[in-house]
Amino acid sequence: MAETTIEEIIDDRPTGFKAVLSEFWSYFSENRGAVIGLFFFIAIVLIAIFADFIAPHAPNQQYREALLQPPFWQTGGEFRFPLGTDAIGRDMLSRLIYGSRYSLFIGCIVVSVSLIVGVILGLIAGFFRGKTDTFIMRIMDVVLAFPSLLLALVLVAILGPSLINAMIAIAIVQQPHYVRLTRAAVLSEMTKDYVTAARVIGVKTLRLMFITILPNCMAPLIVQAALSFSTAILDAAALGFLGMGAQPPTPEWGTMLAEAREFILRAWWVVTFPGIAILTTVLAINLMGDGLRDALDPKLKRS
Amino acid sequence: MFLYFLKKLGVILPTFFGVTLVAFVFIRLLPGDPVMLMAGERGMSEERHAALMTEMGFDKPVIVQYGYYLMDLARGDFGTSIITKRPVLEEFGALFPATVELSVCAMILAILFGLPAGMIAATKRGSTFDHTVMTSALTGYSMPIFWWGLLLIIFFSGILGWTPVSGRISLLYYFEPVTGFMLIDSLLSGQDGAFASALSHLILPAIVLGTIPLAVIARQTRSAMLEVLSEDYVRTARAKGLGPQRVIGLHALRNALIPVITVIGLQVGVLFAGAILTETIFSWPGIGKWMVDSIFRRDYSAVQGGLLLIAAIVMLVNLAVDLLYGLINPQIRHTDS
Amino acid sequence: MRNTKNLIAAFCGATMLLASMNASAAGKTLVYCSEGSPEGFNPAFYTAGTTFDASSRQIFNGLVKFERGTTKAIPGLAESWDISDDGMEYTFHLRKGVKFHTTAKFTPTRDFNADDVLFTFMRQLDPNHPFHKVGGATYEYFNSMSMQTLIKEIVKVDDYTVKFILNRPEAPMIANLGMDFASIFSAEYADAMMKAGTPEIIDFEPVGTGPFQLVAYQKDAVIRYKANPDYWEGKAPIDNLVFAITPDASVRYQKLKAGECHVMPYPNPADLEAMRTDADINLLEKEGLNVGYMAYNTKMAPFDNVKVRKALNQAINKKAIIEAVFQGAGKEAKNPIPPTIWSYNDAVVDDMYDPAAAKKALEEAGVKDLSMKIWAMPVQRPYNPNARRMAELLQADFAEVGVKVEIVSYEWGEYLKRSKDMDRDGAVLLGWTGDNGDPDNFLAVLLGCDGVGAANRAQWCYQPFEDAIQKAKVVADPAERTRLYEEAQVIFKEQAPWATIAHSVVFEPVRKEVVDFRIDPFGGHIFYGVDLK
Repeated sequence: MAETTIEEIIDDRPTGFKAVLSEFWSYFSENRGAVIGLFFFIAIVLIAIFADFIAPHAPNQQYREALLQPPFWQTGGEFRFPLGTDAIGRDMLSRLIYGSRYSLFIGCIVVSVSLIVGVILGLIAGFFRGKTDTFIMRIMDVVLAFPSLLLALVLVAILGPSLINAMIAIAIVQQPHYVRLTRAAVLSEMTKDYVTAARVIGVKTLRLMFITILPNCMAPLIVQAALSFSTAILDAAALGFLGMGAQPPTPEWGTMLAEAREFILRAWWVVTFPGIAILTTVLAINLMGDGLRDALDPKLKRS
Repeated sequence: MFLYFLKKLGVILPTFFGVTLVAFVFIRLLPGDPVMLMAGERGMSEERHAALMTEMGFDKPVIVQYGYYLMDLARGDFGTSIITKRPVLEEFGALFPATVELSVCAMILAILFGLPAGMIAATKRGSTFDHTVMTSALTGYSMPIFWWGLLLIIFFSGILGWTPVSGRISLLYYFEPVTGFMLIDSLLSGQDGAFASALSHLILPAIVLGTIPLAVIARQTRSAMLEVLSEDYVRTARAKGLGPQRVIGLHALRNALIPVITVIGLQVGVLFAGAILTETIFSWPGIGKWMVDSIFRRDYSAVQGGLLLIAAIVMLVNLAVDLLYGLINPQIRHTDS
Repeated sequence: MRNTKNLIAAFCGATMLLASMNASAAGKTLVYCSEGSPEGFNPAFYTAGTTFDASSRQIFNGLVKFERGTTKAIPGLAESWDISDDGMEYTFHLRKGVKFHTTAKFTPTRDFNADDVLFTFMRQLDPNHPFHKVGGATYEYFNSMSMQTLIKEIVKVDDYTVKFILNRPEAPMIANLGMDFASIFSAEYADAMMKAGTPEIIDFEPVGTGPFQLVAYQKDAVIRYKANPDYWEGKAPIDNLVFAITPDASVRYQKLKAGECHVMPYPNPADLEAMRTDADINLLEKEGLNVGYMAYNTKMAPFDNVKVRKALNQAINKKAIIEAVFQGAGKEAKNPIPPTIWSYNDAVVDDMYDPAAAKKALEEAGVKDLSMKIWAMPVQRPYNPNARRMAELLQADFAEVGVKVEIVSYEWGEYLKRSKDMDRDGAVLLGWTGDNGDPDNFLAVLLGCDGVGAANRAQWCYQPFEDAIQKAKVVADPAERTRLYEEAQVIFKEQAPWATIAHSVVFEPVRKEVVDFRIDPFGGHIFYGVDLK
């Protein structure tokens, strides 16, 4: 008797992976910007994967005879170094290409760590309520009381400046958003009939949390993940810029900018290109994020 | 309303306690040793090192140190900078107005441009203007502002020579700070051109810091506007034959403003984070730069005091926004958990 | 926007305008774009040049001073001095009629005298002195110059005679007393503030005898001074001195170009070319009193083998380092002391850059597949503007001779501490800026046996070298000292505990209207004697 109820509810929803996907795509592709963003993002992923084949030089190879050489279209530039070279004769283009690996890596790690931990904490808080809930949420309030970049900065100062530590710090400061979102979604789902029904038929707590409720909270989480992917890249670059992120000679874009700062008036290319790389990547992801939101959560509309 | 306030306070107090704990524990965990830094390459003997650690109280058990720390806090003592030997609160107070001035101007810029842009975009949905605004807004939102600041310096100060490169006012003007806000002080000083000088120093940093809030406000305004425009009462007003200007001006704007105000309130933390980068680039003598410098100088007590004060300010502003929001929209008082 | 531009143009150099507006600010104002905020205004508390520039070098005098632009010690607040034959007693005859600054809180009733000298030194020396602990003070420089153990007693003979009695002879003593920590404070001011219950004020609102007096300090923004009208060497040619605190080097350059400041320190090496060709700017240059080096750990195999150290030194392409790291603003180093110091031994021949020979030498020494660590400092220092970049170049150089290098770094305080460890793994990049222009200040501090496990980062204790520098420390005859130090440099080169890398060249861009600014070999910025056209 109870089982049929559940089935009926589930039957209400579009079934089959393919159907879901095609429905998603039809919403997503409505947004031209999102599609452009998606293609751009795919291009960056491909560049990152195939960096070894695409890059004309090794990222740390120093050409001592070609220090601070301008891009090819300027006098003094040559096709060997299409975007010029940096202060110790490394090819800018190759470093930018390899740099995409770091940015994507940072985004992936930060998002997966903060997503997984955040979702678990959020589920626990939303599911058990009471003291556990208060405790978790107060901790999140404490984290949110600090400006994120400042907190990340202090965390990295404690852990020691490195790419890994920068990622840990950023993941920690992004945590609360996932916890709050998950908790809020869980709270609203808990009142719905299908959960009550599942409880009545005695579905185990863990199963209820992860199999029954979680999939129904996914939409806002995915949108948040896309958002925090781009924030993570920006924050990591900012930390690198302040000397607290990836350490030289790593070709991380923010670190490259920090190293290039002293050449701001003499060699515009070492300052300009890493910034453009950061901007376009983040922009592509944000475009995609907007499209995702439209497609996954029609209620939220475009903004 | 008072009950609502008490409820909010009940949340904030334990959070503040947590913040003191975090600020305290973090700083104990910082590696490196402020005493070693004082000597630089010259170094010092083991005995002297130990003696200095004792003098500065770093040798006591952590829990005892925390106890002292809380007691000092209760007396309003946020510690003394290890480097300058001045009270942290005094240093903070001296620099805070610079950050507030910069942030307020950035916010004004953001509202001044973001609100109308978002509103017009919403009313002309789908037009070229709409697309342009939304694309620019998303670009601004995606901007690495430290790079943006550098570009603006190269262009406006380096190539065009329109704006000064850094600082708050031309050095030829000198007056005692009264309010600490350079724009106001320069007016009070009555010196010719001082205000213009202060303004010209402020413009680039304010643009850089205002970029992200501007983008967010434009986007939020647009979507809030769209939502309201599609609601029944607006449609009714239209149907009744009210002109589009009146509909937007009277009905829609007022209702769309509520979510927008919340967003503006939420930007305080974001502004602080942005201030760290902006102040570093423009050598703006404010709190953000001071925090970064203190972290690099291992000025333990300054970092600790600064973290605490900044967190307290963010919390207070958020509380104020919550209360304001509660005033505007009575529903929230009752439904908020 | 155009309006703004005009306004700014009008401000620049518009001292005339100011004169009409504010009588106290009338006259010549020199603006110095300094690189950072001073830590405080008592130079005895600190060791940073930025702090000295803002305090001791403008506001105070010592008993001894250095002739502007040289390392020569000349009389300051002491008119003359006598040294006893055993080198243990220094008697100073003080200058008469020297006035301390008058400020809002303090009007001096007497001239400078022996009490002020005693106050200044006893505060630092005597832990029971009422001012010793004021303001949580520590006296790092005083201690690191071993004054604590060196000075036995300071005696006031009469109001204008003071005698320093030492525990052992110390040839560089006179030069030491010209250093910043020995800036003379007013005992009368200290007493007055102690009575007022605010003793710490003397360190924040300084009163000295120097050519400038502090007017106001706005944290992280501006420091303002005015010329001391009663200065004992005569009033400074400029009337007001302003420090505009501008941490970013490219920003400083922008301000200099725009005429917002007259003098700036530490230009970006990248901007030097443009400065040379700028008609409004004079680019002054001088070799710095410093050395940047890489210290092997001579206690660890295989670096305990002289042949290995020599071979690695041969593998280093210093020319490339000077170009890429110093952007040309440096000079290859062959000795552990800079060429501006007396007794510099120019006859020493440097290890030639020869990767092939280096590779062979390594093989002969039986070293194969060597992998090592190079430590790179996390901060910019005068002797090494970018240690990471230097380490990257060394990494590439060593790869040429088959040595694999891993670059490591720590936070600065941690770096200083860990690099002292006797069993430290790896060669460490570091350097030294001279304090008093004496070779002892480099050779004994950095390479003496006492320094093993401390400032001697090579952990190198070699008896013939140690004998030479110890003897030079107690000999009074300058010619004999010179000979001993020259010999020490030859021994150093043979033993190669370091790879000597570079001496930086100090550049000071100043605007054309600045007259007679001289680069201080100690890295300071002294504005007494500077004028504006």
